[in-house]
Amino acid sequence: MTPFRYERAQDAGSAVATLAGAPSGAFLGGGTNLVDLMKLGVATPDLLVDVARLPYDRIEVLADGGVRIGAAVRNSELAADRTIRTRYPVLAQALLSGASGQLRNLATTGGNLLQRTRCVYFQDTSKPCNKRMPGSGCPAREGYHRSLAILGASDACIATHPSDMAVALAALDAVVRVQGPQGERAIALTDFHRLPGTEPQRDTVLAHGELITAVDLPPLAFGARSAYRKVRDRASYAFALVSVAAALDLADDVVRDVRLALGGVAHKPWRALRAEEVLRGAPATEESFRRAAEAELAQAKPLAQNAFKVPLARNTIVRTLLDLAERAR
Amino acid sequence: MIAAHSICSPLDRIDGPLKVTGAAKYAAEYPVENLAHVFVVQSTIAKGRVAAIDAAQARALAGVVAVLTHETAPRIEDCDDAALRVLQSDAVAYHGQIVAAVVAETPEVALQAAGLVAVTYEEQPHHVELRVDDPGLYKPEKVNAGFATDTLTGDPDAALAAAEITHDTTYTTPHYHNNPLEPHATIAAWSDDGVTLHDANQGPHGIRDDVAKAFGLEPERVRVISPYVGGGFGSKAFTHPHVILAVMAAKVAGRPAKLALTRQQMFALVGYRTPTIQRLRLAARRDGMLTAIVHEVVEQTSTIEEFAEQTAVPTRMMYAAPNRRTSHRLARLDLPTPTIMRAPGETPGMYALESAMDEMALKCNLDPVEFRIRNEPQTDPDTGLPFSSRGLVACLREGARRFGWEERDPYQRVERRHGRWYVGTGVAASTYPTRRRASQALARVDHDGNYTVLIDASDIGTGTWTALTQIAADALDVPLERVRIEIGDSALPRAPIAGGSMGIASWGTAVCDAAEKLRTRLRDEHGGAIPADGLEAHGEAGDNPEAKRFSMHAYGAQFAEVHVDADTGEVRVPRLLGIFAVGRVVNAKTGRSQLLGGMTMGLSMALHEETVLDPHFGYFATHDLAEYHVAVNADVGSIEVAWIDEDDPHINPMGAKGIGEIGMTGTAAAIANAVHHATGIRIRDLPITLDKLLER
Repeated sequence: MTPFRYERAQDAGSAVATLAGAPSGAFLGGGTNLVDLMKLGVATPDLLVDVARLPYDRIEVLADGGVRIGAAVRNSELAADRTIRTRYPVLAQALLSGASGQLRNLATTGGNLLQRTRCVYFQDTSKPCNKRMPGSGCPAREGYHRSLAILGASDACIATHPSDMAVALAALDAVVRVQGPQGERAIALTDFHRLPGTEPQRDTVLAHGELITAVDLPPLAFGARSAYRKVRDRASYAFALVSVAAALDLADDVVRDVRLALGGVAHKPWRALRAEEVLRGAPATEESFRRAAEAELAQAKPLAQNAFKVPLARNTIVRTLLDLAERAR
Repeated sequence: MIAAHSICSPLDRIDGPLKVTGAAKYAAEYPVENLAHVFVVQSTIAKGRVAAIDAAQARALAGVVAVLTHETAPRIEDCDDAALRVLQSDAVAYHGQIVAAVVAETPEVALQAAGLVAVTYEEQPHHVELRVDDPGLYKPEKVNAGFATDTLTGDPDAALAAAEITHDTTYTTPHYHNNPLEPHATIAAWSDDGVTLHDANQGPHGIRDDVAKAFGLEPERVRVISPYVGGGFGSKAFTHPHVILAVMAAKVAGRPAKLALTRQQMFALVGYRTPTIQRLRLAARRDGMLTAIVHEVVEQTSTIEEFAEQTAVPTRMMYAAPNRRTSHRLARLDLPTPTIMRAPGETPGMYALESAMDEMALKCNLDPVEFRIRNEPQTDPDTGLPFSSRGLVACLREGARRFGWEERDPYQRVERRHGRWYVGTGVAASTYPTRRRASQALARVDHDGNYTVLIDASDIGTGTWTALTQIAADALDVPLERVRIEIGDSALPRAPIAGGSMGIASWGTAVCDAAEKLRTRLRDEHGGAIPADGLEAHGEAGDNPEAKRFSMHAYGAQFAEVHVDADTGEVRVPRLLGIFAVGRVVNAKTGRSQLLGGMTMGLSMALHEETVLDPHFGYFATHDLAEYHVAVNADVGSIEVAWIDEDDPHINPMGAKGIGEIGMTGTAAAIANAVHHATGIRIRDLPITLDKLLER
């Protein structure tokens, strides 16, 4: 651990300006991931700009029927929000399946998105890791990778993104609103996180100094018929081996529309567009759901220890869609 | 046996209010003035030597008091355990070994400086994987707790060859780490009188002796104070390197020093349970009578010290069979030395034996409860001695009755599916030896009739403060309110560790002796009146002479209901039932907690726990609580705990068998057996993770 300065931001503008002038600084939200990584020596910021108290702590319904979630809204508050629970239950369920009550009380919406990907070698500074030390190598591929990625990985990195919330947001076509030194911009959630490629050190497309101010949820007419299913090694307080965020719209037992995203399988929340394509217009049967899951997972490149994730993801997709279809009937 | 007035009642923990208000201090919490802080630097190779250490940057950092390396650390005397020879040579015997340490003004500076110590190694190829065909396997002279390494009765090979029904299977268990809630910590302060330690351990006297030996001190010049300890599960039973290092650091710094290990550091420095590879062979007649039992264990130790877990020992006396062989072989690996972890021997051994018994019951077409009862021995098959008491059959019958075993469908998975779940039930036996060790105690009464009992017993969260007070009150034949105890301090009369489920038996026997002697003195020397300046009496307990005449064990039966998700293989255990025959239970509340906690740890072993070894780097890759899973509250459904009435006059004056460990034995087998009943899939390699059950 290295010494660092701590500053509490007064407003977004000064926070962005401060960090823009501090190339080794970082924003601090709830600190539930960053501070852990600092204690491990994995993150070594010399300045923390605390943005958790900025006035982005509201959940507002927008004119178009969508919802704007402030970046500083705590995970526990977001999960308990009535609008979220009724219009986007997938998001509330995803939040409640993550971490623990204590962590959710601290973790912020913006910070949740910015969790670093997980891998035991990334978290151990005595070991090589292309994410932590670009070019040093990836021991996970030949080593311990039971919980790591089956989709979209690269030779450089097979880490997985740990967020449950982000998987639901990926399914919901959320948009991340960002304020940076060059002004504001909006980034689709599905474009926000990166696949590792040859630059696994970059988890997201954010530039240094860019601050998340809000996450927008567009209206989704069938959002109420959505669910999050998380499969893990114990009943609570564990990262997903596989998770499924789904929303399903049926008309006469035919899939009119669907949103599907997977967690625990890739370097980013994995929007299952191929599966969605297979599903639209298909009968709402176990066979269609299975075909869709298989279409998505055809691109999987599992390794020895995580090969089980392919059938696990398939079965979990099918079960989640069957349950939603059952409820729609 | 003492009359039960206070004992057997469910008295609340007398230290409860102190603990919930934070007034009970744990080792790292003692306010000590002028304290220096120690942070260790650990080896990043598994085998070789330290070629060079550049500590210039660390030493230059403001607030650094000293950097200790094998070149600069003070020399210490030889220790019984080679792992305690901290920083005495350049040799690296395992990944995570302490190769340097920083002493600093604050924990933050110590941590930062530790990161600045640059160590270069001369690395040698390491050997870390346990294999049955390891050419280096050897037969240890004896196994833990002094048991014989191998046993042989009759001709098991001939019996197997001739048998009508046989079973031959290998079961494995992975590395486990003890992971008590309170991380290990030591504060050491030297004075003209010697050195005083506030330390998290399971027995201050043992720590005292090791520190005295290492630093060439008379044992009386070392004092170890440990009244409250947040769990140990064996990892705090013996001295570990950080204790020696804390004392060393305080000496170098010339001021008190604190060393608090992080959770991650604990995975290399305070022991773990060896993985096991266990081959079980059973032979039986068609009527289900066993004719042979063979249990062969392969497990590991380190290259610097031998620890041989007594895994096959319970198999020597659980079931009758005229032909029997048990054996233990060890591989010396470039890993830290394993140590005891809750029910060493019985925990992995009973998983394998009780899984094999379930498999054999099926082969014999017998109900697994009935199969066990049919093979109940009349005397100890290993020693030929009669049992002082043996409640296995009673526990099986009572458990079956309470669990509703009669209604059980004996076949696996006959579409016993409730919604998305496959449902199954399983049973397994539990056991743990009933022993005691030598102990001393002092009982004292003041003029007002207030009694104090002094003994270096330990409460590692188990309830000793309460149970020992109850025993003292009944032994003194006075109301509980008149009795106060002092424990957890090497300045008190010598007592054995909280371990081997021998604590209460050993300490209680000494307390009863001290109480008896005090009452005798009061009666014979003072006519029953307390003299003006009070009175005291020393008590002593030796080994139990009855142990030569009787085979002494506690027994139990555990029943499990499991649900397995048909889509994902997720396992839930909505119901566990444990019935135990453990003599008298000194405190019905803390005793229940002990058994319940043991069963929970058994559930955790069944479903979750496993330290993953990375063979390339030769280290434990999963070394924190995010990666090393222990059961959380949501994993635990209903756990019902009960005990049958059992009077055993041979074991100790309380008539109490140790209960700290038995709860964990057999649980994993009961769950694995239930998983088989639910799914038809037999898990012979723990833990039972969903990938092993997933339909692909």
